[in-house]
Amino acid sequence: MAERSFKSEVEHLRLGAGKTFTGEGILAITKALLESGVGYVGGYQGAPISHLMDVLADAQDLLAELGVRFEANASEAAATAMLAASVHYPIRGAVTYKGPVGVNVASDALANLSSSGVNGGALIVLGEDYGEGSSIMQERSHAFAMKSQFWLLDPRPNLPSIVRAVKQGFELSEASRTPVMLMVRIRSCHVTGQFEAADNIPPALTVRDALAEPRKDFRRVVLPPMSYAHERDKIENRWPAAEAFITERALNERFGPRQGKVGIVLQGGMYNGVTRALQRLGLADLYGNTEVPLHVLNVTYPLVRTEVLDFARGKDALLIVEEGQPEFIEQTIGSMLFREGVQTRLMGKDVLPMAGEYTGEVLRDGMTAFLRETAPDLLPRQVRAPNRDAPEIPDLSKTVPVRPPGFCTGCPERPIFAALKIVQQELGEHQITGDIGCHLFAALPPFEIGGSTMGYGLGPASNSAFDGGGSKRAISIIGDGGFWHNGLASSIGNMVFNRSDSVAVIVDNYYSAATGGQDVPSSRASNPTRATNNPISAAVRGVGVDWIREIDRTYDVPRMCEVFREALTTDHDGPKVIIASSECMLNRQRREKPLRQEAINAGTRVEVPRFGVDEDICTGDHACIRLSGCPSLSLKTLDDPLRDDPVAHIDQTCVGCGNCGEVAEAAALCPSFYRADIVHNPSGFERWRAGIAAWLIGRLQRRRERKSLSFGGAA
Amino acid sequence: MTLHQPVPAKEARPGPDDVIKLAIMAVGGQGGGVLTRWIETLARSQGYACQATSVAGVAQRTGATVYYVEMARTGSGQPVFALAPAAGDVDILIAAELMEAGRAIARGFVTPDRTTLIASSHRDLAVSEKTVPGDGIADAAEVRAAAEIAAARFICFDMERLAVESGSVISATLFGTLAASRCLPFERADFEDAIRTGKREVEASLRAFDAGFHACLQGVPSGDAPERSPPAQGATGPAHLLDRWQGLAGRVSDLPAPVRPIAMAGLRKVVDFMDADYGQEYLDRMAPFVDADGVDNDHALTRAAAKYVANAMAYDDVIRVADLKTRASRNDRIVVEMGTEPQQLLHLTEYMHPRAEEIVGLLPARLGARIAASPRAMARVDRWFSKGRRLRSDRLGPFLLLYALGGLKRYRRRTRRHAVEQAHLDRWLSRAARAAADDPALATEVLGCGRLIKGYSDTHARGLSNFDKVLGIVDQVAGRPDAAACTSRLREAALLDEDGKALTEAIRAIERS
Repeated sequence: MAERSFKSEVEHLRLGAGKTFTGEGILAITKALLESGVGYVGGYQGAPISHLMDVLADAQDLLAELGVRFEANASEAAATAMLAASVHYPIRGAVTYKGPVGVNVASDALANLSSSGVNGGALIVLGEDYGEGSSIMQERSHAFAMKSQFWLLDPRPNLPSIVRAVKQGFELSEASRTPVMLMVRIRSCHVTGQFEAADNIPPALTVRDALAEPRKDFRRVVLPPMSYAHERDKIENRWPAAEAFITERALNERFGPRQGKVGIVLQGGMYNGVTRALQRLGLADLYGNTEVPLHVLNVTYPLVRTEVLDFARGKDALLIVEEGQPEFIEQTIGSMLFREGVQTRLMGKDVLPMAGEYTGEVLRDGMTAFLRETAPDLLPRQVRAPNRDAPEIPDLSKTVPVRPPGFCTGCPERPIFAALKIVQQELGEHQITGDIGCHLFAALPPFEIGGSTMGYGLGPASNSAFDGGGSKRAISIIGDGGFWHNGLASSIGNMVFNRSDSVAVIVDNYYSAATGGQDVPSSRASNPTRATNNPISAAVRGVGVDWIREIDRTYDVPRMCEVFREALTTDHDGPKVIIASSECMLNRQRREKPLRQEAINAGTRVEVPRFGVDEDICTGDHACIRLSGCPSLSLKTLDDPLRDDPVAHIDQTCVGCGNCGEVAEAAALCPSFYRADIVHNPSGFERWRAGIAAWLIGRLQRRRERKSLSFGGAA
Repeated sequence: MTLHQPVPAKEARPGPDDVIKLAIMAVGGQGGGVLTRWIETLARSQGYACQATSVAGVAQRTGATVYYVEMARTGSGQPVFALAPAAGDVDILIAAELMEAGRAIARGFVTPDRTTLIASSHRDLAVSEKTVPGDGIADAAEVRAAAEIAAARFICFDMERLAVESGSVISATLFGTLAASRCLPFERADFEDAIRTGKREVEASLRAFDAGFHACLQGVPSGDAPERSPPAQGATGPAHLLDRWQGLAGRVSDLPAPVRPIAMAGLRKVVDFMDADYGQEYLDRMAPFVDADGVDNDHALTRAAAKYVANAMAYDDVIRVADLKTRASRNDRIVVEMGTEPQQLLHLTEYMHPRAEEIVGLLPARLGARIAASPRAMARVDRWFSKGRRLRSDRLGPFLLLYALGGLKRYRRRTRRHAVEQAHLDRWLSRAARAAADDPALATEVLGCGRLIKGYSDTHARGLSNFDKVLGIVDQVAGRPDAAACTSRLREAALLDEDGKALTEAIRAIERS
C-alpha cells in the first residue's frame, strides 16, 4: 500500500490473550485469521474488504514472524486458485474479495476447488456489496454456493460473532472437506465493536515447509472419472458431514421462548435489524431478549433440515427474513415443510419486498404485517390502531439535488474526459464504453461519456462488436487496475488478434485508485515487497500493439485533444492505444502535503499553486463547470444588482492541478481564470525584483485612476 | 444450535429508547469518519457501549455519505444495536452541509418527536446545480423552513467558515456544536479529550471545536449572510470629469425612485467601461422606456432597461478584460482570497486564448468588417494569433501589454466589435420599444432576454443564437395575451441546458399552442 500507512492497525493484530480488541469488523476478521493458525492469505481489494488487504500488506513483519505467506493476487480468480494449496496440504488458507463481482471472476477457480475438495481449511472472506453505498449490480453471491456446493456463513453482525465465524469456518471446512465462504455485508465490515483477543497461532505446517515435501493425489484432479466421484462425494459425504458439524457445534442460534405461535427464521446478517424492529414493536429489550422465537442462520447454506423442522414444529406461521433475491432460503424451507407435511404457514417475500435492502423501516413494516396477520395480540396497541397525527413535513425530494460520487478535486482523469468532450464537440459523438474504476464517473454529468460497463478489464472487449470500424471509430476506456486485472489479455490482446480498428484509452493513475490506492504492477512507487514500475506501454507493445501514444501529464489538455484527434482520424490499421498517465491526486496529496509543510517550516523556497476566477470577468455561463465538475470549482452569488446568475468561484480546497485553466484555454472559454502561485520563503533577490515590479505597477495603476473616473473597484 | 434463554418479559426493562441514535450526513471528504471516531471514543471513555458503522469505498468520492452511531449505558449484557439509521428513529442528526440536512429530512431521519438537527448552513454545490447555464442553485430557504417543522430542535450556522478560519475542517466545529448542544450526556472536557486521543492536527481541531462550541451558545458573530461586496463608493477622478459625473448622477435622481438604485449601478458600469459620454448615451437609450412605463408595475420595464442596457453596453471585449486584470483593486482582492502573507510572494498567471474574432474585433470597424467577411483572411488571422497564452501579470513586461490594451477605452468606439454591439443593441432596443407601446410586459421580457447573451467565444455565440431564436418567436406571439409569459418561459428554458434541448421543446410547445 503506497501512500497510506496502516501501522497503527497492525498493532491491533499483535494483541494477545487477555486483551480487548476495539475496532472495525474487517480488522477483527484479519485478527481472527491469525488466531486460527492460517498459513497463507491472499485476495483482491475492493470495498468493503480492502482494509483486510491493506492492513496485511503493512503487516509483513508480523506475518514473517508467524510464517504466514501474504499475496496481493492479480484477480479474484488468482486469489481463489491460491486456495489450491489447501487441496493437498493440511494448511489453512484464506482469501478475500468483494461479492458478487469478485465471485463472478473467481467462479472458475471456485468450481474447481469445490469439486476437488480440500484437506486444510479453505476460507473465502467475502464482502457482500449490496444495498446503500454499494457500487455494483445488486445480486446475491448465495447462488454460487448452491451451484458449486461450498458452504456459506452469514454471521450476526457483531465482532464476537464474526470472529467466532472465522474460526468455525475453518473447522467446518476441514470437517466437511469443502471450502467455506464467510459473507459479511458492507456495514458489518465497517461496524465497530470489541472482542476478547486470543494469541496468534503460527500454522502447524507452513507453505515454506510444505515445499520440501510435495504432495499429490490424482483423485483430486477434476478429470473424468474423478469428477463424477467428486459430485457423489459432495452429496454422500461432504454435505452430511457439514450438516452434522453445524448441528453438533451449534453454529446456528435460537433466541426467545422455546414455544410460540409464530417464529422468525433469519440470515445471521439480518439479526440486528430484526431485533431493532422487535425492540421498536415492544417485543424485545435492549439486549435482544425477544418474545418472538428467532432461528438465526449463521450458516445460510446448507440449511439443516432437522433444525428447520424442529423450529417450525408447533408454530402457526414462520417469517423468513432473507435479503435480496431470488429467495433461495424461503424456497428451500417451503419445500422442506411441504415434503414433511407440516402445516405451518410460510411468509417472507409476501410481506417483505423481493428486491432491495432490508432497512429499518422495511423490516419494521414487514414484520408488523406478518404479526398483524398471524399473531395480532402480540402487537402493541398503538401499532394495531395508530392514532398519532404527525405534522406534515414538507417534501424536499425535488429540492435536494442528487449527489452521486465523482472525481476528486484535482483528479488527473478529469482533463482526459474534458479533452474527450471537447474533441467530440468537434468530431461528433462517438460510441464509447467504460470499464470498472474511478474513470466510470465520467459516465455521469457533466461529462456523460460512455454508456456501458461490462466488467473489470473488459472495457475494450465490450466494444469488440465495433472493432471492424465504420464512419467513426469506437472508443473504450480502461483503468490501470482493470488493465492488470484482466484487460491485457481479454481486452488488448483481443483487439490485436481481431485486428480491431478501435481506440482504447488506458487511464494510468499509478494505483488501483478506486479501491483505496493499492499498488499495481505499473505503480511508480518503490514497494519493498512488490515488483512495481512495470510500464503498461511495454506490456501493450508486447502483445502486439503498434500504435501507442503515451501522455505523461494528463493535465495538458491541448495535447490530450491532439492525441484523441490523431487516434480517431489516423489511417493506421489495427488497435490504437492511448496511455494517459498522471498520479491519483488523492494519493499524491497524501504524500506531498506533509513533505511540503515540512519544507516550508524549514525555510525552503516552495511554490504552492491555486487557481482563481476574476468574478467581474466571469459572465456566469458555467461553461467551465460543464467541462470539469471539480468539487473546488463552484459558484458564488455576487451582491451586484446587475447580475442575474451566480459566477464561478474556486474555493480554498483547490490543489492547483490546472484543469480549469487548461480547459478554458483549449476550449477557448473565457479569460477569467488565473493561477496564483504563493511563494513561501522567497530568496532576497527574488523579493527585490518583485518589489521593483510591484512598485512600478502600482505607479501605473494610480496614474490611470487619477486620470479617469473610477468607482473604487470594478463597477 | 446455541439456545439463548429469554429474560422474563413485560417488566420495565431497557428498550430502544435507552439507546442514543446519532446519524451523520456528509459529503465525501468532509471528515465524517473522523467525527464518528471522536464520538465513539468519547462514548466508550464515559462507560457507554457504542457501535458505529459507515459505508466506505467509492461512495465516499465526493458523494453523499451516512455514518451512524448508537450508544447505551453499559448494563447487564451486550446491547443489540442497529447498523443503519431508520426513518423516525434518530435522536441526533448532524448534517455537514445544508442540502445534506435536506436529504436527511427527505429520508425521514428528522422527526419532530425526537430529533435534534445540527446542520451547517453553508452550501457545497452538487454538480447538477453548477452545470446549469443560468441559476440552478437549490433553494436553501425551503430546506431551512422544512427543518424548522421537522426537527424538535434545529441548530444551524456556518460551521464550515468557522472551521476554515480556525485552520481545521468542519468535523471539529460540528463536534464542538454537538458538545454545546448538550444532546449527549458528557462534559466539554470529555469531548476535548476524545480529540486529544487522535494523533494529527490536535491543536487546530481543538480551536475549531471551540469555535463551534461558542457559536452554538452565543450565535455566530457575523457573515452568515451571503458575501457582500464593499458598499459602492462615490466617484473619484479629475475635477472636470467629476462635474460631468454629477450631471449624469443628477439625471438618475430624476428617475422614479424604484429605478434609481439599478440605474445608478448601470450608469457606474458603463462609465467605468468607457467614459462619461458613454454614460450619457446609456441614459438616453433608457429614456424611451421611462415614458412608456407606469407605476402600476413598479416600473418593471424601466428597471429591466436599466439593467440589461447597461450589461449590453459594457460588453466583454479584450480591452475590458485587460483593464480589469490590471487594476490595483484586483490585486488586493486576490491577496485576500489567497491569504497571502507579507513575507510571501504572489505569482499570477493569466490563462487566455484570443481567437481571430477577438483580434479582428479590435481593428477599426471597416477594416475589421472586411476581414471578418472573408473566411480565408479569418483563417490566416486565426493561424497567427489563436493559441493559448499564459501571461505572468505580476511581471512588468506582460503587465505593460495588458495595461496598454486596457488603456484603449476611448479608441474602442472605432472598433469593429463596438460597431457590431451597437447595431445589435439598436435592433434589440427598437424591438423592445415597439412592444412597449401596447404591451409593456412583453417589452420587459424582451429586454430580459439580454440575460441570454453571456460568456465568450462559443458560449457567447450559442447565447446569441438562443437570443435570436427567442426574439424570433416574440415576433410570432406579439399581440397574443400571453406573449410576455411565452417569452419569459422561453428565456428560462434557454438557461436550463447547454445544448438548447429545453429551449427547442419550449419553442415547439408554444408553436403548437
